[in-house]
Amino acid sequence: MAEAEVQLYQKRLPIHPRSVQGRFRNIKYAVLALAYSVYFLLPWVRWERPMGVNQALLFDIPGRKFYVFDLVVQAQDIFWLAGLLVIAAMLLFFVTGVAGRVFCGYFCFQTLWTDVFVLIERWVQGERPARLRLAKQPWDAEKRRKMLTTWGLWLATSFLTGLTFTLYWADAPTLVWQMLTLSAPFPAYATTFLLTSTTFVMAGLAREQVCTYMCPYARFQSVMFDRDTLIIAYDQKRGEGTAGRARITKEMKTREERAAAGIGDCIDCGYCVQVCPVGIDIRKGLQLQCISCALCVDACDSIMDNLGWPRRLIAYTSDNAQQGKPTRVLKPKTLGYGVALAAAIVALGWSVATREPLDVSVEQVRQPLSVTLSDGRIQNSYEIKLNSKVTAPGRVRIAISGLDGAELDLGGLDVVTLDPEQRLRVMAKIKLTMSGSGGRREFQFVLTPDGALGQAPIRLPVTFHGP
Amino acid sequence: MSNTTTNPQKPTAVQTTGHAWDGDLQEFNNPLPRWWLWAFYATVVFAIGYWFVYPAWPVGGSWTKGFASATFSVGGKEQTMRWNTRSELLQDLDSGAGAVRQREYLQKIASADLEQVRQDPKMQDFVRQAGKVLFGTNCAACHGSGGQGVIGQFPALNDDDWLWGGTVDDIRRTLIGGRNGFMPAFREALTPAQADDVAQYVLTLSGIVQPDEAAERGKAIFHGSVGGCYYCHGDAGKGIKSMGAANLSDKIWTLVDVNATATVADKHALVRSVIWNGVQNRRQMPAFGHRLSDAEIKLLAFYVHQLGGGQ
Repeated sequence: MAEAEVQLYQKRLPIHPRSVQGRFRNIKYAVLALAYSVYFLLPWVRWERPMGVNQALLFDIPGRKFYVFDLVVQAQDIFWLAGLLVIAAMLLFFVTGVAGRVFCGYFCFQTLWTDVFVLIERWVQGERPARLRLAKQPWDAEKRRKMLTTWGLWLATSFLTGLTFTLYWADAPTLVWQMLTLSAPFPAYATTFLLTSTTFVMAGLAREQVCTYMCPYARFQSVMFDRDTLIIAYDQKRGEGTAGRARITKEMKTREERAAAGIGDCIDCGYCVQVCPVGIDIRKGLQLQCISCALCVDACDSIMDNLGWPRRLIAYTSDNAQQGKPTRVLKPKTLGYGVALAAAIVALGWSVATREPLDVSVEQVRQPLSVTLSDGRIQNSYEIKLNSKVTAPGRVRIAISGLDGAELDLGGLDVVTLDPEQRLRVMAKIKLTMSGSGGRREFQFVLTPDGALGQAPIRLPVTFHGP
Repeated sequence: MSNTTTNPQKPTAVQTTGHAWDGDLQEFNNPLPRWWLWAFYATVVFAIGYWFVYPAWPVGGSWTKGFASATFSVGGKEQTMRWNTRSELLQDLDSGAGAVRQREYLQKIASADLEQVRQDPKMQDFVRQAGKVLFGTNCAACHGSGGQGVIGQFPALNDDDWLWGGTVDDIRRTLIGGRNGFMPAFREALTPAQADDVAQYVLTLSGIVQPDEAAERGKAIFHGSVGGCYYCHGDAGKGIKSMGAANLSDKIWTLVDVNATATVADKHALVRSVIWNGVQNRRQMPAFGHRLSDAEIKLLAFYVHQLGGGQ
């Protein structure tokens, strides 16, 4: 029984990724800068509206309205959210099928925030060897100072992240002032606290554990992989040769000498392992932990450049390409996802572009359908629902057509003034002399809006019921 | 050989838990992350905290109530209850955002007159929506969910004919004090032939039949001391609101469904049956003055007023 004791639970192995420079690192910095600018500045962008809030992007939950620049999304437009989610899903399927875990590597907020937290860590504690040393060091004054500074900066970043998230749900300057004067609503504090703590824990402490153990996307993206999907892979044949990889020694310095000895191009410097934010060795092949961040590509390329050897020992490639077969991008799966994605985008775009400024409907009062009045006329009642979807006031004139001799009684509200984004129900009573009993007459309500509510009259067909 | 921790078939592969059955049946060990274990313990601690705060454990015929409480006022009296979904509902009904807004509107209604409500589409909307709920709770059992009523028993509220008056104030009085509709049976006072004549005359009032000899005889009884119908129904048969006497000259019949019958003979028989039997103990409306608040009564009055044809 010399074997190690069986461990059913595993302690997280700390990862201290080394920094790297290169093409993909630059792309990732660019994405990071863009994402952070948008995320942190968007709540502060003001937007001129005739009425209501002047925040460019605001999700007003109590008011049941989302303000998105010139678009006001109301509760009944919630299917647009479904459209957006379909587009997001299709985009993920499409991109993952072709290019692998691009989302994980470049765009996921877990990756972005971890990146920033690692930057802070490096700025305070130094490069990987210094951090490794610090980790082993006892809790002396230096370590305490450095760790506290790191955690403090992490916490500040987390707080800004949480606060910014909260600002999307209320007027930003007002809410910040309320938070400062401790007069903000409880959900604002709760949301900020929750987001602050999750950001701190996920980006500071859990990091790759989120991707490996918590994230469902990480797992189900592998379902979309096939042999043509772009993956980050190590060129086994070139790297290992016939006699395996080896460090550069005095006797075997040049590529030719190594090739003659059957040794591959991998000089086993370990740089690709040191830069990996999830702590894997890409040379062991495709692993579920790999988030396709491409930092190992940058690492290996920089080593190859220094040696003057060709790049692409670790590179974006596909399983087929590695085996010398052609990589096919145009195939039914890709096309299918592409068509579905395009269809979803067109459908959502069309729906948003052709939205009506005024939403109207009419419903007959059915309990009872008809009433006999004292002068013998028959009365039917209808409830007209008006819903202004614009941020300017407007008026609607209500009339009927196609029912000769009928009297329309709107209780004096023939012209209804609608406040911006107002919902209103109007009761319309129709009185008509009918000979005999029974019988139905088809007619129309004609609603004529003006101003911001549109121009064209809206016709609503309804039925008049006799007794 | 039950203590190997490697898989003999793939020595470099995943560690096993060390058990082997039937010689080679083993179990891989892919350890869970340790934080997962701590997260599990955290949920256990959370659950224990939850037991103390909220109702949780059954104990005999009762249960542990928890420390959380809800405070609300019912009928102006402040009450504090242990938290449960019922006390939360009561609290929401008392001080929730919707309750506060409803109270504001009710206050506005309480001080508004008819013209103000008519001018304000929002107030009209509130009258219809909140009134419908009150009406459904208090009135619909007799008058029907749309106020359509039942001929012979409960008057329709959605037409423009009002036994006791159709102004908002009339309707309020009806709601507060209730009503008791009454008409004596004329089988004591009239002979069958006289009753036939009066019924014929009544039918002429709304233009169902043309005046004839029988109607002339009926008219004399109606306006004379034998029948004395005009005491309540008025000289022109238009009814008197203060007594709840029906208008006989319009097209609406509240006791018998004259409009639904086809022949004049049937209509005549229906009207005659009312004259003969009268109306006793079946047109009673209870008083709601002590059941509903003044604001609610006023809201209901506005609601009933706009149902079909308030005056």
